[in-house]
Amino acid sequence: MDLLFFIVFAGIAVVSAVNVVLQRHPIASALSLIGVMGSIAVLYLQLGAEFIAMAQVIVYAGAVMVLFVFVIMLLNAGAEVRRGRSWTAQLLGIPALAAFVGLVCWFFQRGFSNAGEVKFGNFTGGSAQSVGYALFTEYLLPFEVTSVLILVAIVGAIVLARKEMD
Amino acid sequence: MPEALQAFNSGIPVSWYLILSAVLFALGVGGFMFRRNIITVFMCIELMLNAVNLSFVTFANQHKLVSGHIFTFFVMVVAAAEAAVGLAIILTVFKNRGTLNIDEIDSLKN
Repeated sequence: MDLLFFIVFAGIAVVSAVNVVLQRHPIASALSLIGVMGSIAVLYLQLGAEFIAMAQVIVYAGAVMVLFVFVIMLLNAGAEVRRGRSWTAQLLGIPALAAFVGLVCWFFQRGFSNAGEVKFGNFTGGSAQSVGYALFTEYLLPFEVTSVLILVAIVGAIVLARKEMD
Repeated sequence: MPEALQAFNSGIPVSWYLILSAVLFALGVGGFMFRRNIITVFMCIELMLNAVNLSFVTFANQHKLVSGHIFTFFVMVVAAAEAAVGLAIILTVFKNRGTLNIDEIDSLKN
């Protein structure tokens, strides 16, 4: 059952990610990205990360992607203009990327062959209770610094997006 | 039949999750290199962040530690802040130059 779920949702994630890269219209890429994020949320649940799965759905698939879709709508972004790309970039980039994936997969297959198995229910430390406990005890300082980061981001976004007032 | 049932009920190797994460990351890098629309490039960055988050959660499961989840949480927070500021920058660039093509936004080149 675990295997079936993994294959189905990993397949959806990879197909949607390919679609993100290949689609020419930004709105199609954005909707495919929501598919990637949703299937990754299911994989999080399978890994026992309940809180992170919910945060993924709410923050990423909800807030961030709504922001993206909103900006695409505001800018009325049409299909991408295809022009001649430099041949060296394609000749070097795609094989280099393929080599990177091959090397990393080989490394993971070799180095993590006896790293144990993932089974739904064999790790229950990802509940909101345990994440919250760790967040407010051991990781309290980074958490508070994050609030400053968000404040800076809010101010920056408002300053950048406001109308010029003369 | 019991063997088939056993295979059906067995767990998934940790490396499969890591390989999935690597593939998603590579797709994000490919989109980042080859796409010309600034919004799509930005979405590919989000894809890369998601791929890294997946490997964090996988390692948290492997080591039975909650720290990986905390790290993923912080990455999400930073990604949300980055999306807000980045999209504001894209809006400003479009307002000033009227284009979303990153080949035409090259005033720092000269």
